[in-house]
Amino acid sequence: MKAILGEKLGMTQIFDADARAVPVTVIKAGPCRVVQVKRLETDGYSAIQIAYRELAEGQVTKPEAGHFKRAGVPPHRHLVEVRVDDPDEYKVGQEIGVADVLAKGGLADVAGISRGKGFQGVIKRHNFAGQGASHGAHLVHRAPGSIGACATPSRVFKGMRMPGRMGGEKTTVLNLEIVEVDAARGLLMLRGAVPGAKGAVVLVREAVKALG
Amino acid sequence: MNTLDHVEGAYLRDDIPPFGPGDTIKVNVRVVEGGRERIQTFEGNVIARDGGGLRETFTVRKVSFGVGVERIFPVHAPIIASIEVVRKGDVRRAKLYYLRDRVGSRATRIKEKRD
Repeated sequence: MKAILGEKLGMTQIFDADARAVPVTVIKAGPCRVVQVKRLETDGYSAIQIAYRELAEGQVTKPEAGHFKRAGVPPHRHLVEVRVDDPDEYKVGQEIGVADVLAKGGLADVAGISRGKGFQGVIKRHNFAGQGASHGAHLVHRAPGSIGACATPSRVFKGMRMPGRMGGEKTTVLNLEIVEVDAARGLLMLRGAVPGAKGAVVLVREAVKALG
Repeated sequence: MNTLDHVEGAYLRDDIPPFGPGDTIKVNVRVVEGGRERIQTFEGNVIARDGGGLRETFTVRKVSFGVGVERIFPVHAPIIASIEVVRKGDVRRAKLYYLRDRVGSRATRIKEKRD
């Protein structure tokens, strides 16, 4: 699996060859540095650790500073591990750009932290239908309704969908079409929406469940 | 400057003449029929411009056989072959939606702008 970290810049639209408007999310992807290579012999599995967004020396904790120093890479804000088939393709300190990971016309998956929506009711949070606008409904238009039976089981089942905090959790969107890859500027355009607010850090990887 | 301005810049068209609400314009639209391309003209009053950057659109209204017809075009759409400004209009608001409620000749009449 190939992946890169980036920043969501926002959405816009561009026109394709058939003059149709295509909604795109623009992501500033990379550059990322390889900080650690994990091998089957030493770690039990194969992976690389990539870092994104360079920081000044004093901005990381001493243990982290040591980790970066060992790799000979300046400190970075974000560290992510990516499973790879062949760790020998990567070297510690190597720089990864967009063009190394994704190509125009392919499919990509994007993982990020979705926008926090605060405390929400069941209609928005769990797609409940709500109750009648009329027919005598009073103060219950957006209420969840019954949450269980009576003396049996005389409790509410675990996992019952109720109001509560929504958003702000890791979300992955699969199989987004790669509309444009601008290696020179490190920009990536994907068709459709991507989790997170503008400025949020997202992980873009080649699609793992792409058909064909 | 917005974050995406430098991204959109490459796709913006610079051959679109300046025009605004109240102006009468001719929009030459590329129409593809059965693999053949021809130009269709849509002439009317600009009653609104919406949005910004690459997503900016404008609304053209005309009265055709007594029926009001409106078309919304993206300003930077490739289907627009060209735009001609026929007449500059003198109006006091940005959105001329009040024209929709008018009947007869008042529905299309806009005072001409004199410099």
